[in-house]
Amino acid sequence: MLGNLQLLIAAPALNVQLLLDGILIGAVFALSAYGLALVWGVMNVKNLAQGDFVIFGGYLAWWLQKTFGIHPIFMMPVVMALLFIFGWIMYVLIIRWVIDRDLFTSLLATFGIAFVLQQLLNLAFGPEIQTANSGMQTRTLFSTVSVAEIKVVSFILCCILAALIVAFMKRSRMGQAIRATAQDPRAARIMGIDTERVYAFTYALNAAICGAAGVLIAMIWVIQPFYGITHSIRSFVIVTAAGLGNLPGVIVSALGLGVIEQFGGFVLGAEFQQVAVVGMLLIVLIWRQHQMRKLRQVVQ
Amino acid sequence: MSRFLKGVDSFETNERKQLPFYIGLVGFGLIAPFLFPNYLFQIAILWIMILFAQTWDTMGGQMGYNSLGNIFFFGAGMYISAIVQVGLVYDVGVYTSAAGAGKASFTPEQYYQGIIYGTLAAAFGSALLAPILGLIMFGLRAAYFAIGTLGIALAAGELFGAWQWVGGGGGIAMPVHPGTADARAEFFYWFSFGAAVITFLALKRLYQTRFGLAINAIRDDEDKAEALGVHTLRHKIVAWSVSAFFLGISGAIFGNMTGFIEPLEVAFPTVTFGIFMVAMPLLGGKGTLWGPVMGAIVFHLVKEVTWTYLLGWQWVALGMIIIITVVFFQQGIMGWMKEKWPEKFGVVIDQTATEARNKGAAE
Repeated sequence: MLGNLQLLIAAPALNVQLLLDGILIGAVFALSAYGLALVWGVMNVKNLAQGDFVIFGGYLAWWLQKTFGIHPIFMMPVVMALLFIFGWIMYVLIIRWVIDRDLFTSLLATFGIAFVLQQLLNLAFGPEIQTANSGMQTRTLFSTVSVAEIKVVSFILCCILAALIVAFMKRSRMGQAIRATAQDPRAARIMGIDTERVYAFTYALNAAICGAAGVLIAMIWVIQPFYGITHSIRSFVIVTAAGLGNLPGVIVSALGLGVIEQFGGFVLGAEFQQVAVVGMLLIVLIWRQHQMRKLRQVVQ
Repeated sequence: MSRFLKGVDSFETNERKQLPFYIGLVGFGLIAPFLFPNYLFQIAILWIMILFAQTWDTMGGQMGYNSLGNIFFFGAGMYISAIVQVGLVYDVGVYTSAAGAGKASFTPEQYYQGIIYGTLAAAFGSALLAPILGLIMFGLRAAYFAIGTLGIALAAGELFGAWQWVGGGGGIAMPVHPGTADARAEFFYWFSFGAAVITFLALKRLYQTRFGLAINAIRDDEDKAEALGVHTLRHKIVAWSVSAFFLGISGAIFGNMTGFIEPLEVAFPTVTFGIFMVAMPLLGGKGTLWGPVMGAIVFHLVKEVTWTYLLGWQWVALGMIIIITVVFFQQGIMGWMKEKWPEKFGVVIDQTATEARNKGAAE
């Protein structure tokens, strides 16, 4: 462990490498975290199936590539559409019934969805680790830092998607309805917004965003039926650190988490990368608690 | 539920009405080894499941703190007992690194001594871990508490997987029971049966004390409980310690019963046992004495039946059961019975008061 630290100090290029990798992968985390923040903020459902939607999207892209031989990037709209339909069905079957209930119910119900989805993916595709082949090269910059082209492409795609989503939320009729419902569902209903439909659309949109993130994850990283929970935890860390309805915060903490994860994995060893994610969750929760305590003292 | 409410004649407080349940369950426990000698392992797991459901209910049902990471204490107890059992005879590091190469042997005396000390150490070790975690976690409320505890359980699995001294991801082979296969199955059957019965009686007694009322007050309204002078943090920590104590015992039993400890699948199975122990009390009816027991029995029966007939699809079926329970049937079996036969649960409609009120309204 100390040896790895010394290595980092001795070779500055390695820091640049880890930083770059972290930022490029953090952009994908930002996508699914934004989806979680959306669902959390609009309908107050904490979606623990978030990571499993990501993995599901990844598997769809991988399977479509294997069967039809089309490059995953071109399959992204198809995967998003499929996940959108899937999210809508999940809403009608399950989420609709837990919106008004306590938070633990929604947490557990979505955990149940995650459980079933994991097992279905396992039955359909087997427990092996898979990667969708992007067919792109790895380049070396300044003869020290190596960058996989696909990671840069995925970063750009993330930015485009994020811009599209923001534009959609700001400009479109549905986006405005979603924001109105988030502010005050009762007032939105009085104004003639079909909140039930808004909720269904929000959940489906979240699933579609996760699907897009999954396509990218399948290309730049690995997918496995049971890797979903770590992605869910990542989304929770990011949203908890950033707060709801704070898009710049989500982006910054997602990139930060990506970087921390890369450094943690390098310094402590690859098997600690997941521990680093969960450790960040605990740190963020405790830090939040500390802030709340200060707030309470002011009130007293 | 409490001795302060003894005047109310309800199923939850009236021992006589519960008598058939006691006789049925303990009777089944006593004759099962003779009726189903081939299914001892499955029935032993049933007792452990009952223990799981009850210890979760202490936190989730009685105190209103829904933990998704109680499996942490199960795994911690398992590892503590393994370290003690092996450590009494061999050097743990050498033992785990030699796994597979040389077969380490334990004399019967060493084995039984080890399992007693190991179980005790697991129980008290887990109970001591609870306050440490509690100081960190109990500031979190509602969903944050659930996610935080889930994080702890996940992290523990990964950390133990990286800890080479206890075998890392490869796990530890536990000492082998000296007797025949039948004797081994019977030994662990009685062990788990005893643990479940002791847990039930201990928790039942606990809910009858002032402590039981205090944790119920925390569930109903934590701020008001604090205003009334209940030291909430202390009560929460003690309650978690109690459930960790029994979970530690169950971990020690389960580790020895399977004979092999592995961090992710056996010791910290967060997405299987960890979620089952939440689903079972919900299915039975949380916050009641008998609900978790019934929930565990029904859940385990369904699990075992689907295991046999649904080759490969059993996990999907279990997940569906969890979703349906959580979404559509959260009052549980006990809650459903309470609605169906309210008079059996001491819900009495005061006729004279109702009539008087109706009369008042008419005038």
